[in-house]
Amino acid sequence: MMSFLLLFSRQGKLRLQKWFAPVSDREKKKVIRDMMLLVLARQPRSCNFLHWRDMKIVYKRYASLYFCVGLENNDNELLSLEVLHRYVELLDKYFGNVCELDIIFNFEKAYFILDEFLMGGEVLETSKVAVSVSMEEADTLQETMEEYMSKPAY
Amino acid sequence: MPAVSKGDGMRGLAVFISDIRNCKSKEAEVKRINKELANIRSKFKGDKALDGYSKKKYVCKLLFIFLLGHDIDFGHMEAVNLLSSNKYTEKQIGYLFISVLVNSNSDLISLINNGIKNDLASRNPTFMNLALHCIANVGSREMAEAFASQIPSILVAGDTMDSVKQSAALCLLRLNRTSPDLVPMGEWTARVVHLLNDQHLGVVTAATSLITTLAQKSPEDFRTSISLAVARLSRIVTSASIDLQDYTYYFVAAPWLSVKLLRLLQCYPPPEDAALRSRLTECLETILNKAQEPPKSKKVQHSNAKNAVLFEAISLIIHHDSEPTLLVRACNQLGQFLQHRETNLRYLALESMCTLASSEFSHEAVKTHIDTVINALKTERDVSVRQRAVDLLYAMCDRSNSKQIVAEMLSYLENADYSIREEIVLKVAILAEKYAVDYTWYVDTILNLIRIAGDHVSEEVWYRVIQIVINQDDVQGYAAKTVFEALQAPACHENLVKVGGYILGEFGNLIAGDPRSSPLVQFNLLHSKFHLCSVPTRALLLSAYIKFINLFPEVKPTIQDVLRSDSQLRNADVELQQRAIEYLRLSCIASTDILATVLEEMPPFPERESSILAKLKKKKGPSKVPDIDEARWNVNGNTEHSENTEPTNKSSPPSLMADLLPTNRPRPASYSPTILSAGNMAPSHPFTDLLNLNSSPAAGASLLVDVMSDLSTPAPTTTTTTPAATDVCEEHFSRFVCKNNGVIFENQLLQIGLKSEYRQNLGRMYVFYGNKTSSQFLSFSSSVTSSDTLKTHILPLLPPLLTVNIHTKPVDPTVEGGAQLQQILNIECVTDFSDAPVLSVQFRYGGTLQNIGVKLPVMLNKFFQPTEMTSQDFFQRWKQLGVPQQEVQTIFKAKHPMDTDVTNAKILGFGVALLTGVDPNPANFVGAGVIHTKSTQVGCLLRLEPNPQAEMYRLTLRTSRESVSQRLCDLLSEQF
Repeated sequence: MMSFLLLFSRQGKLRLQKWFAPVSDREKKKVIRDMMLLVLARQPRSCNFLHWRDMKIVYKRYASLYFCVGLENNDNELLSLEVLHRYVELLDKYFGNVCELDIIFNFEKAYFILDEFLMGGEVLETSKVAVSVSMEEADTLQETMEEYMSKPAY
Repeated sequence: MPAVSKGDGMRGLAVFISDIRNCKSKEAEVKRINKELANIRSKFKGDKALDGYSKKKYVCKLLFIFLLGHDIDFGHMEAVNLLSSNKYTEKQIGYLFISVLVNSNSDLISLINNGIKNDLASRNPTFMNLALHCIANVGSREMAEAFASQIPSILVAGDTMDSVKQSAALCLLRLNRTSPDLVPMGEWTARVVHLLNDQHLGVVTAATSLITTLAQKSPEDFRTSISLAVARLSRIVTSASIDLQDYTYYFVAAPWLSVKLLRLLQCYPPPEDAALRSRLTECLETILNKAQEPPKSKKVQHSNAKNAVLFEAISLIIHHDSEPTLLVRACNQLGQFLQHRETNLRYLALESMCTLASSEFSHEAVKTHIDTVINALKTERDVSVRQRAVDLLYAMCDRSNSKQIVAEMLSYLENADYSIREEIVLKVAILAEKYAVDYTWYVDTILNLIRIAGDHVSEEVWYRVIQIVINQDDVQGYAAKTVFEALQAPACHENLVKVGGYILGEFGNLIAGDPRSSPLVQFNLLHSKFHLCSVPTRALLLSAYIKFINLFPEVKPTIQDVLRSDSQLRNADVELQQRAIEYLRLSCIASTDILATVLEEMPPFPERESSILAKLKKKKGPSKVPDIDEARWNVNGNTEHSENTEPTNKSSPPSLMADLLPTNRPRPASYSPTILSAGNMAPSHPFTDLLNLNSSPAAGASLLVDVMSDLSTPAPTTTTTTPAATDVCEEHFSRFVCKNNGVIFENQLLQIGLKSEYRQNLGRMYVFYGNKTSSQFLSFSSSVTSSDTLKTHILPLLPPLLTVNIHTKPVDPTVEGGAQLQQILNIECVTDFSDAPVLSVQFRYGGTLQNIGVKLPVMLNKFFQPTEMTSQDFFQRWKQLGVPQQEVQTIFKAKHPMDTDVTNAKILGFGVALLTGVDPNPANFVGAGVIHTKSTQVGCLLRLEPNPQAEMYRLTLRTSRESVSQRLCDLLSEQF
């Protein structure tokens, strides 16, 4: 089971945090800080796995963003690496050539996509098609762009 | 601002995010955020009803602000409104906000639950999924209570959509993890198992996760899943990669499901049914075979997914530990990975091999890779990979390769990363001892360790080498010679001086025949290091010197001169001063016979679990250290040392002799307590302490460890200084936090009982001394002091800090056998404090002076006056005390059964008023009170939240003073 998933930039800006187990706010801050310290300090081409406390940490860098997941001790590291990759693919498919800015400006979408893919720290749906379909469906349920643009902005 | 690619554009949100990103400084950002918060607040409070879109936009902004790391204390209500909306897009944002920001104590939980309930009942799969996600994301107990019974039926209902089934399975899994008691097994469990046969692979994947977790808890209920899992796995591994369509990941068939099935099978032993078993073996063989096939893609994703399945299969093979061929094949496969160009695979191969090394079938096969592993240790660029290599070397070590492995680890140690040095030192020390064929090699290895990484050699390691040298007669001469040579180095580590001092003090005579290491040379060598060493080491050297006096009468005058020098006799350090005085005196007055008896060679240490191994276990967690079954570690298995033996050791023993000499040796007739006083020592002299170094195994299985640790605590002193500095008994201290009466101290001689009462900043304590023996206590006296450390820290504050006046006349100097003596202490709290005063009791019993120190349970909370208040007042004050330093919070594991009445009683006993009906959650405890000191009053609010599932508590204290919050929190958190 995954305990948390964090996305942060090379500059140490947190872009997304997902906690799959109850954690106090203070503890969250500590975990986030520790992860950034650990992961950002790694040499390039090091292995993608770390031991931290009694957890396994799996991380991978995509362009300017680090994806970092904390695993229970008997979880499969390699496959978790592919969980991260699959998530990137899903983001990419939705946004088209996804970049960090997409995640900043559409953070809520990034959370929605994650929810379609993972739940309670386990993989919910591994099929890219199934996830994309349900995201598309969700979007068609939205009101049209024009409807929104006619609303006051601020 | 990039063009929003899809879906809705909440322009206001995008503008706001842009603004934040354009902020040049943190201050500007905060300013912008505050402006926005004010805006949103006014919109929410405004008279005009907001339309759904605006509400959604503002809630989204709040969420963004929260995710930036700022606190959000409003907007929940609007989010709940959104969640109840019929528009999907609004509902989605509402759920997201609640999932991220929900506070389980929130009053809104019932509203949220209501919304969820409606959505679950809506039969609209999208809405149901949102609701299930929310439950899984929040996972609170309230939600579990509300929905745990409903979800299983959604999961197994025939007409539920596949996507909802998937969500329901994982939602149930989440609830089962947080509140297992609320997810009872039922007839649904059998139907869940059959989801393994479902046509939809997504459903199977989710269901497998659920079943695995449930099977770990109650394997019997899910035993039928074994055959289904094997069948499913077999179908996947034999399928062509395209069969599974979208569940094929980079040409690997359903890697996630395969891994989960293999994990599920790890909950069980190998299948008993032969056909099933061979089918599983076939699957595993196929997976191993596939590893040898050429890759179907050059993409790393392909190899990762394929190898993920392979590693999981190897885990299962190791778990079963029953098929030698599979184990050896697994080992060979990992051996290939050890040289793979992918760092990740090398890392994982090293890690997996550690577990393979402990299987009897594959241990030998693992050993064949020793050169590769040693090479990895030398050449890997990544420290985490090197660390795995160290682990593996440790795991594969046995008698045949121990010398090579220890040598390699030692040479690696010279350049090893600081973060892992201590661990390597421990491992080397353990291997060296475990596989020592001759102890000379062992001694050499440990001395090398000290030379290479002295700073990382913990006390346990050098204690252990001394224990072994003392217990092994045949190595003593060699050890003496080796340390003597090692000490010749101009700069040697202090740990070496310690080992050297100890060993030469015991066994220097074994090498004294050689003129190059004559007694005087030995002494001069040791003494040349003396002034560079810290106090504990010097103290040890002084003991070595007195042992020299016994071993070599010819150097007695030289040593006496050293002991007599001002730098010793008047040393600022009281421990050194005392040792010098006592040793000097001892050497002058005692006859050779007595010296020989008193300073006799150390008796063998009792065998028990290696203290080093215990340390390594503590460092890595017990599961990660392979069990050592060889006899030498021995006997008492789980004993932790020192702490638990301390009380018996330290409470003044009834007979001086017991501590002085090993009781299993004949006691010389002339050697009786009278001799000591005949020696004209200061009458009250605690002779026992002088010879503390000699404490025998009979006196409570004392270890070298225990003895040495004494050096760092302030030593017992002569009559001029306060005896309170000795061993202060704290054993029952914490029991008095929530009560005022009881027994605070008891040994075989004396019982001390207390009764106390407090009002505002004043208190009165009745102390009862009970003589448990049938003879008199003479020269009975008592005094109350603050401990030494306290004095040094806050001496200037001491007079107004906490005054304790002994009100009554000095206690009667004689206490008859069986009699009880009473004393009254008046106490005044002047300002807040944290260290408790110490009661020192001295008396003579059977010619021996007894010193007893007891920490008196005078704690800050004793000066509480309870305060009743209404819910409104409470929360108003709670908010007023909102500065971060004023709040102290701790989360801790329950040490006692979580009983509400007991907790109520304890909180009342702690001194605060117990407020009912204040906390929205009736299970929580809330209290309020005021601490009275002479100078000020400190208001205090506390809240204790039990979590019975996790058996944890969260305790929060807010007071106007940081130090008070912390102290009270420390005191109270120990009580549950």
